[in-house]
Amino acid sequence: MPVALVNGKPDWRHRTSVQRLVLWAGWLAVAALTVFCWQVMTKDTIWLFVYDAPTQAADLGSRMIPPRWSYMDKLWWPLWDTINIATLGTLMGVFLAVPVALLAARNTTPSLYVARPVALLIIVSSRSINSLIWALLLVSIIGPGILAGIVAIGLRSIGFVAKLLYEAIEEIDEAQVEAVTATGASGAQLIDYAIVPQILPAFAGISVFRWDINIRESAILGLVGAGGIGLQLQASLNVLAWPQVTMIFIVILGTVVLSEWVSAKVRHAII
Amino acid sequence: MTMADVPAFPRRWKRPPVLIRDRGWRYGIYGGALVYLVLAICSVEVNWTRVYEGLERGWRFIQGFLHPDFTSRWEDIRIGLVESLTMTMTSTVVGIAISIPIGIGAARNIAPPAVYLLCRAIIAISRALQEIIVAILFVAMFGFGPFAGFLTLSFSTIGFLAKLLAEDIEDIDEAQAEAIRATGASWWQLINYAIQPQVMPRLIGLSLYRFDINFRESAVIGIVGAGGIGATLNTAIDRYEFDSAGGILIIIIAIVMAAEYSSSHVRKWVQ
Repeated sequence: MPVALVNGKPDWRHRTSVQRLVLWAGWLAVAALTVFCWQVMTKDTIWLFVYDAPTQAADLGSRMIPPRWSYMDKLWWPLWDTINIATLGTLMGVFLAVPVALLAARNTTPSLYVARPVALLIIVSSRSINSLIWALLLVSIIGPGILAGIVAIGLRSIGFVAKLLYEAIEEIDEAQVEAVTATGASGAQLIDYAIVPQILPAFAGISVFRWDINIRESAILGLVGAGGIGLQLQASLNVLAWPQVTMIFIVILGTVVLSEWVSAKVRHAII
Repeated sequence: MTMADVPAFPRRWKRPPVLIRDRGWRYGIYGGALVYLVLAICSVEVNWTRVYEGLERGWRFIQGFLHPDFTSRWEDIRIGLVESLTMTMTSTVVGIAISIPIGIGAARNIAPPAVYLLCRAIIAISRALQEIIVAILFVAMFGFGPFAGFLTLSFSTIGFLAKLLAEDIEDIDEAQAEAIRATGASWWQLINYAIQPQVMPRLIGLSLYRFDINFRESAVIGIVGAGGIGATLNTAIDRYEFDSAGGILIIIIAIVMAAEYSSSHVRKWVQ
């Protein structure tokens, strides 16, 4: 028990003096690093603009309000596109994620040293690159449009869905797998009868959860030309039509809140 | 009892339906999904000749990814990386510093109702607006550059961290809080001796996770002018320099992997 002598009597302390020193040094290092990063980051900052920000914000506010409600007529079609990008992209991601997850899970992978690392690499690459960057790439490869958005969302979803799915597969009850194996089932039958029933609720939950995230992401993909309501946002920003921008923000916010509510309801019903 | 009275032992087994048990709901949902899919796929306009022409570019991108070019744009990449990393560090620290009081205020078991509602409202706003939209507004107010990115990432850190911290505080073991209260401790002492020790390991884990997310996001908000590696990547792709773009993507993936790997180690060590 860490104690210190106070007036010749032992007094209880939370940590030993070495622990305290290490902890203090750790906090100091974090603080120093933060200050250093701050110095480097703000080296080229024009502080005049920063001090000016409240005025700019007030100005921006006065331009953005009131929103141009009549602009809504032009937003229904892009909104439909946005929802399609999210839904079809999620479907594509989920279809591709299932085999990746089966290869990545320790208990279903055909080879621990070849297939599993490859699957994990696919998962990490897909997860580290944001859908907006995927969209940026795909727009320059397959041209602007909804298809680029769908593929971008799909590629981004693979990593997320596959990661959660393979963790679910690794947590299944092995007794059922053994029972089905004992009947002489083939590999495909094993997956169908022993693994699928156990992970299906998790799978549906993950897919709906990803769909909800994808709705948010597909709303902004248009900024780089990948279709949906973001195209309208980009067009309005380019001509500084702030009342239209406000209207688009309201629509995006409404869609996001609605999709979150739907996904929460569905997940609640499944699990 | 004759043989005819004995119910025949079922010779055939029919697999029960998965996920949706009720027949009406099942066909309703499947039918609705099918109708939606047909409508959605029909409304996607694809310019197949453009896609075909793009395949060659896609192939070049894959080659660029396999033979990345770090050197010819190294100066731009270095500046972007330094901006991204410093932005990530400062915004994570500032975001955590702001979200701790908000998280405490948003915990139902220790905050008065008025404070609770205020803090929950802040969290809801921060979570509803996605990073890109916040970045657009901050760039308009504070000018281009990493300072706007820093503000954006700090803002979105608040929603994430304060929400999870508040949920964690609501889940603490009340017995310890009661024991500390019974000693006549003040509110600050209650926080310091009953709550902080219980939530600290998870708070550190969440902070590391958020650092990871902030780095990934910092690669994206550069597309709308908020500094960081995203701007460099955007330029590289716009110029069709796929080998430089591949190099940047590999650097991003490597840093995300390193951060994820080290943070999982630190979390194990803390918990």
